Amino acid sequence: MTTPAPILVVSGIHRRHSASLPAVVRDLSFTVDEGEMFALLGPSGCGKTSFLRVLAGFDAPDAGTITYRGRVLNAHDGPNIPIEQRGIGFVFQNHALFPHLTVAENVGFGLRGEPDRDANVETLLHSMGLSGLGGRYPHELSGGQQQRVAIARSVAPRPSLILLDEPFSNLDARLRHETRTEIRNILRQFGITAILVTHDQEEALSFADRVAVMKDGRILQIGAPEVMYHTPRTPFVARFLGLTNVVLAEASGTTAQVPFGTVRLSEPASGPTWVSLRPEHLSLEAEAPGVACHGTIVRREFKGHDITFTVRLGTSDILVHTDNRLSQRVGDHVRVVPLEPAVVLQDELPVDCP
Amino acid sequence: MGSAGIRYRLVRGWPIWVPGLIVVAGIAIPLVYLFIRAVDADFTELAGLLVRPRNLVLLGNTLMLAVGVLATSTLVAFPLAWLATRGNMHGRRFITLLGVLPLSIPGYVMAYVLLAATGRFGASALLLGIEIPRLSGYTGALIALSTYTFPYLFLNLRSALTGLDVSLEESARSLGLSGRDVFLRVILPQLKPAYWAGSLLIVLHVLGDFGVVSLMRFETFSYAIYLQYAGAFDRLYAAWLAIMLLLLTGSMLLVEARVLRNTHVAGRGPGSARTRPAKTTGGWGWLAWPFLGVVAGVSVVLPLTTLGFWAMRGLSNATPALLESVAGSLSASLPTALLTVVLAIPIAYASVRMPRSPLRVLERFAYMGYAIPPLALALAVIFASLALFPALYQTLGLLVFVCAIHFLAEALGPIRSAFMQTNPAVEESARVLGRTPLRAFMEAVLPVVRPGIVASLAFVFLSMMKELPLTFLLSPVGFRTLALNVWSHTNEALYAQAAPHALLIVLFSAIFVGLLLRRESRRPLPHPTAPVT
Repeated sequence: MTTPAPILVVSGIHRRHSASLPAVVRDLSFTVDEGEMFALLGPSGCGKTSFLRVLAGFDAPDAGTITYRGRVLNAHDGPNIPIEQRGIGFVFQNHALFPHLTVAENVGFGLRGEPDRDANVETLLHSMGLSGLGGRYPHELSGGQQQRVAIARSVAPRPSLILLDEPFSNLDARLRHETRTEIRNILRQFGITAILVTHDQEEALSFADRVAVMKDGRILQIGAPEVMYHTPRTPFVARFLGLTNVVLAEASGTTAQVPFGTVRLSEPASGPTWVSLRPEHLSLEAEAPGVACHGTIVRREFKGHDITFTVRLGTSDILVHTDNRLSQRVGDHVRVVPLEPAVVLQDELPVDCP
Repeated sequence: MGSAGIRYRLVRGWPIWVPGLIVVAGIAIPLVYLFIRAVDADFTELAGLLVRPRNLVLLGNTLMLAVGVLATSTLVAFPLAWLATRGNMHGRRFITLLGVLPLSIPGYVMAYVLLAATGRFGASALLLGIEIPRLSGYTGALIALSTYTFPYLFLNLRSALTGLDVSLEESARSLGLSGRDVFLRVILPQLKPAYWAGSLLIVLHVLGDFGVVSLMRFETFSYAIYLQYAGAFDRLYAAWLAIMLLLLTGSMLLVEARVLRNTHVAGRGPGSARTRPAKTTGGWGWLAWPFLGVVAGVSVVLPLTTLGFWAMRGLSNATPALLESVAGSLSASLPTALLTVVLAIPIAYASVRMPRSPLRVLERFAYMGYAIPPLALALAVIFASLALFPALYQTLGLLVFVCAIHFLAEALGPIRSAFMQTNPAVEESARVLGRTPLRAFMEAVLPVVRPGIVASLAFVFLSMMKELPLTFLLSPVGFRTLALNVWSHTNEALYAQAAPHALLIVLFSAIFVGLLLRRESRRPLPHPTAPVT
């Protein structure tokens, strides 16, 4: 594979639904490489779907440009390429199949006027595991099958880019996982770039090559899933990607004082600093002579292959994730032991912290 | 689709605003000309017109008739709706049918029936030898209009009663209320919105009625407009009468809006509501049978036997006239149905897909076209067409256009609910797959809403088959329809000649009622793309 070139360049996109309402997308800028799986992750109302609709051409931005395969789709005062001429696929949350057309007709809808349309549809149905269902109508299919038809329909015209708007949220948990993997493989197989919009962090982390976390219309951080998980830059990102302890530390150089003692830091800092410690990066030590125990277990949740403890230290509660062999009980005095360095967070006040 | 509040504008521009403009112009221009015509006189003449005591008499008569019809309809519709939903007797389906069937006998046909059945030369005298005093004037108009209009109230009350959450009544009982108290304090308040909506329909109908009051010779505003226009040729006074009638209608709409604003019915709480009501008629159950007998006798048996009796006498030599009037009715009804639906599709689309857009106002205009008393509308159209396009005056084209505007509201309902069941994302999918806005609409939306469009076509077609007042004033010279023939033959007491025409109208109206019942009984379909689980 040669060095991937950006297929999509988004720069300074701004969007408000009406003049009287606050902007839902603010100054959004990022690039997506050819063949990449990119996820936009954020809570509902963060503007991710609004941005996707601007990208598809359903809505117009108030400022900014989108460049797709070297062509400007949407300049502030320039031309606005109509939806049907953009060549970008879209998969809707509710599938949006044409209820009056059969599965084959749905999949072939974007192949109008192509000579080998029927053969194309047949091949696609086969590779999506939908062989034999071509004559059915959408209401005769299960949710998972409808989902595949929707994907097949948007893949059929071979767009370079497909936008997926929470496509798995209508499926039940087990099916969701299965379909996700399958669809990822198919998109890879056809070499199609994808942008997935979701509020499910697990979905974003497992589907995407890169994840962008959005809040209040802005992107807070972009990066590979592991990087995002292990080194979040703000308290919001840290909390949104999974359970974590955001605590105020007194930093000096590479170490800091936290309520349960001294921890190493991911990078040097000084003075009062917010840091993030994932529960699985902490452990517990039982009361013993010479061990100073400041914490008391106030809650113990046995979940099978692991246990989550809530430890009270003064006024703050710390979550600790351990394997299922620890025998401590509620009320026991314990010491919290950090296993990894604490991640230094940027100065965003964690207003949404309890 | 994170937020459900986002709505999608796909087809926009001329496909929406051209039909919209036509509708707005079709209502606004005639009304403007009505006012222009009305103030086109010197002050003393106007003052003389406006302070006539006759105006007060007309107002009194019109209000008296509206109140009387509303009271009678309530007395019939309420017990009937109760029996149809809560009665513990057999044949509740039959009771529902009885509550709806009278819709298939238009007011002017009922007026014909009353006139043709009573009096010295009426059916009852000729057939049974019993001479019933001739029913006309207030009593005749009251019976004819009540019989025709009570089903509107019945349908509203019945669906309200069916939709009541029975657990509310049960919790009231458990809180210590007696059955009577539950009825007065729990059930009645919940029926209010349905009752007011139904009574508004009835009052609008009485205000707009021309056929019954003219045949019964009871002087309301509509009848006076007709007399001034056709008899006295006093167009200035006719214009003022039309304006007074419009003001009266407008104030009724305001009263209704005010009453409904103060009526709140809370939505259901969580959990599934029980809708299977307890069956009670109380200790007065035996009264149901004579009540049902009288209703069935007046609204079904009397019309059918009278029509049958006179039709036997008139059928032999009626064929050519009958064919001519059927052809006339068809030539007006078919284009009206088509035009109405063509106008209704973009307006319904705009109202469903762009709920926050100013285009929403179009729907209001459509309902205005329905609420304006037909005679006032027709008169306004005559003034406007004489002033602006004299060539259109008394042409079939103008008649069809005005009727399309009038029936637009009727066509909007089914098309609107069909659009509501379509998913905007389906249309957007078609866009993403390479279709222009108009093509996306044609290929992805139109096939799905076709049943709604067909229903609207049928409703408007059948309504137009029995339309009287607009046709009466606007049709070309010498144009005959079934309704016009019933009216003119009845007006000249030629009951035998009128009968076959009236029977055909009843037949067409019965089809209308059948369609209505079918739509009514069908539950809203699940979303067409909802997954099967």
